[in-house]
Amino acid sequence: MKYAVKRIAMLLLTMVIVSFLAFAAFDLISGNPAEIMLGTQATPEKVAALEEAMGLNRPFLVRYGEWLIGFFTGDLGTSYSYHQPVWDLIAPKVLVTLCLSVLSFLLIAVISIPLGLRSAGRAGGRLDGLSTALNQLCMAVPPFFTGILLTWVFSTILRWFTHGKFPGLSEDFWGAVKYMLFAAVSIAIPRIAMTGRMMRSTVQAEMQKDYVRTAISRGNDRSSVLYRHVLKNALVPVVTFLAQTMAEIVAGSIVVEQVFAIPGLGRLLVASISNRDYPVVQAIVVILALWVVLAGTVADLINQRIDPRLRLGGGS
Amino acid sequence: MKKKLMALLLLVSLLGAVLTGCGDSSTEKASEDGQNETGSTEAVAHANEITVGIAQDLDESLDPHKAVAAGTKEVMFNVFEGLMKPTSTGDLIPAVAEDYTVSDDRMTYTFTLREGVKFHNGETVTAEDVKYSIDRCADTSEGDPLVEAFSVIQAVEILDERTVAITISEPSNEFISYMTTAILPVDYDQQDTAPVGTGPFKFVSRTAQDSIVLEKFDEYWGTPAYLDKVTYKIIENADSIMMSLQSGAIDMFAHLTSTQVAQLGDDFYVEEGTMNLVQALYLNNAEKPFDDVRVRQALCYAVDKQAIIDLAFDGYGSPIGSSMYPAFGKYFDDSLTNHYTKDIEKAKSLLAEAGYPDGFEMTITVPSNYQPHIDTAQVLVEQLKEINVTAKIELVEWGTWLSDVYAGRQYQSTVVGVDASNMTARALLERFTSTAGNNFINYSDADYDALFAQAQACYDDAEQTGIYKEMLTNLTENAANVYIQDLADLVAVRKGLEGLNFYPIYVLDLSTVRWAE
Repeated sequence: MKYAVKRIAMLLLTMVIVSFLAFAAFDLISGNPAEIMLGTQATPEKVAALEEAMGLNRPFLVRYGEWLIGFFTGDLGTSYSYHQPVWDLIAPKVLVTLCLSVLSFLLIAVISIPLGLRSAGRAGGRLDGLSTALNQLCMAVPPFFTGILLTWVFSTILRWFTHGKFPGLSEDFWGAVKYMLFAAVSIAIPRIAMTGRMMRSTVQAEMQKDYVRTAISRGNDRSSVLYRHVLKNALVPVVTFLAQTMAEIVAGSIVVEQVFAIPGLGRLLVASISNRDYPVVQAIVVILALWVVLAGTVADLINQRIDPRLRLGGGS
Repeated sequence: MKKKLMALLLLVSLLGAVLTGCGDSSTEKASEDGQNETGSTEAVAHANEITVGIAQDLDESLDPHKAVAAGTKEVMFNVFEGLMKPTSTGDLIPAVAEDYTVSDDRMTYTFTLREGVKFHNGETVTAEDVKYSIDRCADTSEGDPLVEAFSVIQAVEILDERTVAITISEPSNEFISYMTTAILPVDYDQQDTAPVGTGPFKFVSRTAQDSIVLEKFDEYWGTPAYLDKVTYKIIENADSIMMSLQSGAIDMFAHLTSTQVAQLGDDFYVEEGTMNLVQALYLNNAEKPFDDVRVRQALCYAVDKQAIIDLAFDGYGSPIGSSMYPAFGKYFDDSLTNHYTKDIEKAKSLLAEAGYPDGFEMTITVPSNYQPHIDTAQVLVEQLKEINVTAKIELVEWGTWLSDVYAGRQYQSTVVGVDASNMTARALLERFTSTAGNNFINYSDADYDALFAQAQACYDDAEQTGIYKEMLTNLTENAANVYIQDLADLVAVRKGLEGLNFYPIYVLDLSTVRWAE
């Protein structure tokens, strides 16, 4: 209980720090939202009047404080560019990005772990060299390239999905998932290769240990030792790695969303940064921070279930 | 053994899941494709709607008086109308107004409103709405007026429920061109996000960085739109644009490059319009050696416009010879286009006369975000070598270009496209008068200034047009710039769609677009 409270407090603190840093970063870089909104028609008077109206001429800390209070009372503000409440703007996109990330993550977890185990068992085999080479290749291919390739094959040639016609999540959930599957695959491929490789090396390292040799010498079946003892020990670093992967999936989805024309957070984030649309950027940054911190927390909790020794360390 | 079996099982089940997932979608898409195919042969099968791809989101206020981006105006042209509206031939016709008269002193414009014009919210346009809209744009309480040209407006008076009189501070023949400014309902405060106008299409929704939806306005006063619904899909990524066109998700995409056009499949045809820009090698007339008219003329004789268009634009583009583009039919004088034909000997002798028998070195400053201009500059460098002029391209960021070249006038030459902010010749020609604030080429010619003053004082349209043409000839003869072309606007249109009209301004009118019967 105490532990949970501590974790949640840490989580909140992290988010506040992240939001402060994002706010500060925008205050430091050049580019004025009022000037950008007025474009080529900007005159010093018009800019000053708009800054006044938007409250941009007040001190930095006052603006941050106001934003923070708004955030905790559920008011994310209004987008400078779209003149719409930020939450209305990002809520549907959060869902899309979330779905895409979860889909990619499932692909990674479900494929890489068995693949890693299998290849650890086969180490030194005839096809080992080939699979290592394939692994290297998969790691090296950037998701946007895989994305273009997949679209070309599955949309342009095979017509399994219509590129650019993303069905809304609420209108056609399974259609949207099908569409996103191709994007998820292109995000997942390099990550599968990395996680699989990591799985393979931790399993291999574990198999060299004394307890494994003892267990096998006592007449246990090799594969039952692998699943009953080795897997548990080998999983701890892999779960930690997967948590980091979760964070990187979100970063990867920003690029892949563009390739597949999926209306997620990525494009809105990029556009809002160049428009200096602070309220939108702040909200997205905080959501992404929450996502990353949550992934870390969940990984810790899972690891503690796998290895009870970690619970002592975390609780003290 | 067990281990292998389990791994195999997992793999097979996964593959199975993936394949069944895809299998479903493939059958579904196949039936959709079938529909499309029959659709293109017998148009009846089409839903009466299209999806238009655009490269930029409308990420600003949708209020037509506040929106600044060309991309926003291009889309919202279908939603809003002013008292007057432009036609595809460059004329102005009454829209919300039915007719107008101009007083003898040319300082009062009296508009009679068309009867029964409806806003998209169902209300009828009244004189109050008109007064509100004009006043709002002329309002100077926050510094400059929303619409720059409205600073001449002195008063807007409601004479009766269908008549509005606008008084201006100085006589003007072109004031009517500014009356294309949108008329909005007086007591409506949602224009930023849910705009309401009087155009043939009404605004339905906007999803940030994804789409904008317009629907046909059934109570439109004029010729109704053919399509029931238009969805604008925002696709910024160049690869994504091509793939969306090929997959069938998009029916129309404007402003493509000739390379993109070459990749289009059999499902599309290409409509070639014009970008309505004056692309030229703009010369700083105050800077050596371009302060000498002979040097400028020599450059004109050295440059082969058609070769540039063929080499860098696959032949798409219209050569021009002065600061006017062909879509402005009334003012465009085609005889100026070939005023200078490539003549290396003549160019060399002009250079020798001017004191540069061995040529010189020059710098072409080009904004780095406009590939067409960079491509043009590269061909220019090669062509200028023939007269021993060594040109060097300097790429700068757009912001730097604006401050150094356009505002600061610290440059030798630059390749850009200059457009007209409204449908008047003045919008293109006033900038070359010697005192104009935006005369970034420092052009200074007494005859030109006199002609411009004459044009402003002239109220006869034909006579005024004649004077503007003289001004264009003046620019050509004095080789103010090395005029090159009006870039082509290449629009990919799905076969079966027809009726697309190009305008002399940057808009995409969808009210005439329809699926072929």
